[in-house]
Amino acid sequence: MKTFPTLLKREFWEHKGGFFWAPIVASSAFLILSMMAVITAEVIGKKSGVQINGIHINALTDKLGPDAMSKLGMGLDVSFFMAATWAYVTLAFVVFFYCLGCLFDERKDRSVLFWKSLPVSDRDTVLAKVASAIVVAPLIATVVGVIAGFGFFVLISAVVFFHGGNPLALIWGPANPLTVVFNLFAALPVYVVWALPTVGWLMLCSAWAKSKPFLWALMIPVLSGILVSWFDVMQLFSLKTGWFWSHVVARLLGSALPGADILFRGDMEMFERMNGPEDMASLFGAGHAWAGLASVEVWLWAAAGAAMIVAAIRLRRWRDDA
Amino acid sequence: MASVVNARNLRKRYKNTNAMDGVSFELPVGRIVGLIGPNGAGKTTALKAVLGLIQFEGELSVLGLDPRTQRDALMEQVCFIADVAVLPRWIRVSQAIDFVEGVHPRFDRAKCEAALAHTKIKRNSRVKELSKGMIVQLHLALVMAIDAKLLVLDEPTLGLDIVYRKQFYQNLLEQYFDDEKTILITTHQVEEIEHILTDLLFIRDGKISLSTSMDDMAERFVEVMVSAEHAEAARALKPIDERQVFGKAVMLFDGIPRAQLAGFGETRTPGIADLFVASMKGTYA
Repeated sequence: MKTFPTLLKREFWEHKGGFFWAPIVASSAFLILSMMAVITAEVIGKKSGVQINGIHINALTDKLGPDAMSKLGMGLDVSFFMAATWAYVTLAFVVFFYCLGCLFDERKDRSVLFWKSLPVSDRDTVLAKVASAIVVAPLIATVVGVIAGFGFFVLISAVVFFHGGNPLALIWGPANPLTVVFNLFAALPVYVVWALPTVGWLMLCSAWAKSKPFLWALMIPVLSGILVSWFDVMQLFSLKTGWFWSHVVARLLGSALPGADILFRGDMEMFERMNGPEDMASLFGAGHAWAGLASVEVWLWAAAGAAMIVAAIRLRRWRDDA
Repeated sequence: MASVVNARNLRKRYKNTNAMDGVSFELPVGRIVGLIGPNGAGKTTALKAVLGLIQFEGELSVLGLDPRTQRDALMEQVCFIADVAVLPRWIRVSQAIDFVEGVHPRFDRAKCEAALAHTKIKRNSRVKELSKGMIVQLHLALVMAIDAKLLVLDEPTLGLDIVYRKQFYQNLLEQYFDDEKTILITTHQVEEIEHILTDLLFIRDGKISLSTSMDDMAERFVEVMVSAEHAEAARALKPIDERQVFGKAVMLFDGIPRAQLAGFGETRTPGIADLFVASMKGTYA
């Protein structure tokens, strides 16, 4: 008897395409595009015979001072990170549509009657789906993203190597890929807390809607946003209308995007202040992610997400339309 | 434990109909019970109540548990096949077996594999690649490998051809059923399960209209092929149904001793289908 692991396996079997193959395909596409870009650059470079800044690539390590080397390292770290984002962007879509479908599709094809013929509580079933969305899928995406990051490093190492450079000195030395990997994994628990409102909202719609859960999930927050804007309701709380859009509508629909917390938390000036890779690197650091959990609002939304999940469990228990 | 299911005065209202309007019945251990009724009579609602899938009013105990509050514990002892189409279409046969094994403490994998060995079902096929008959074979193999006390079947053979239907009930009877188990079946193909039933429940307009064992039914109901000269005398005994076959009147009597009727003509035990049609008169009118 290993009910919960079996439930997780079951979700993975059904959604292997989204959880496993989708990030792999997206990351592979990124690597292939990068490779094509490199080849194109090489061809153009050969034709016109341009030499980068007139310096032989091998001499770069000598010409760059320690300060410049650390900047180069951070730039490389950011590029590693960017290579990994392809898996994360895919993850955002996968999680969104997974949550929206997971309690609706089983009612639509009536397979819910099969699942319910087995001694598994609705609570365990729904929690296994939540765990699949905010733990299993992000873990897989992170692993794939990290592999893509290393793949990208291998690619640029090859470029350096063919130009007679030493990849160890120019790429692997200054960069800190393991730190980026650590940051990516360390940020996952923050994602769990952060994604809860969207996951809860979508699963509630999935459990509740008689048809078209996508439309309901989208229309309810968006229409209420429009009404709030229309009647200037937020003025009653001496807040701007935009507050409702960014703190309610966007939280309900957009929290499952990995790294979305940066956009939500960040004042826009933060981005303007940034003027170098070191700022980018610190932005994506685990410390920054964890610092986000200090806000009360995050926990209020997480609680709201949990409440919506509880409601989804109750709906699944008593829903009678299969 | 004398009875597996004990239902008292179950009520369930949907928007504009009373799906159950005071349903009461009892299922003893070791029986195969047919729950039979016209469409919309409340069969499926009654089954859903027993399986804890819906809210309702009234008292109901299944294996000593209340399906509304103790469903999770109950499902270890109860199995059901809702109908042919409910196995998830994406799942592979091997995954379905792994899943049931992973969540059901009373599942016997060897038994399931043995049952599947008699079929053409491949382990790595997906359910959507199987024919309807094979899907029900798979479902039955999964369910029969579970040592449950109560098995509920709601139209399990709907849409299957005759070979699969016969095989289904044969397997059920030969390889699954024993005197510790109870099976509750609903179906429209009454003739096919007639010979395996031990008990009969008729449901009509949300109420149980007849609850009898097959033995008692044979005692209570008699069908007589009445010759023309006895027709008037026979009608005086108020048959519950009368139809014409080859110019003779076939009358169905309730509670009249067989010996008394033997004088009117040839007597026999009515089939469930005839009894059903007679007792449901007016439902469709």
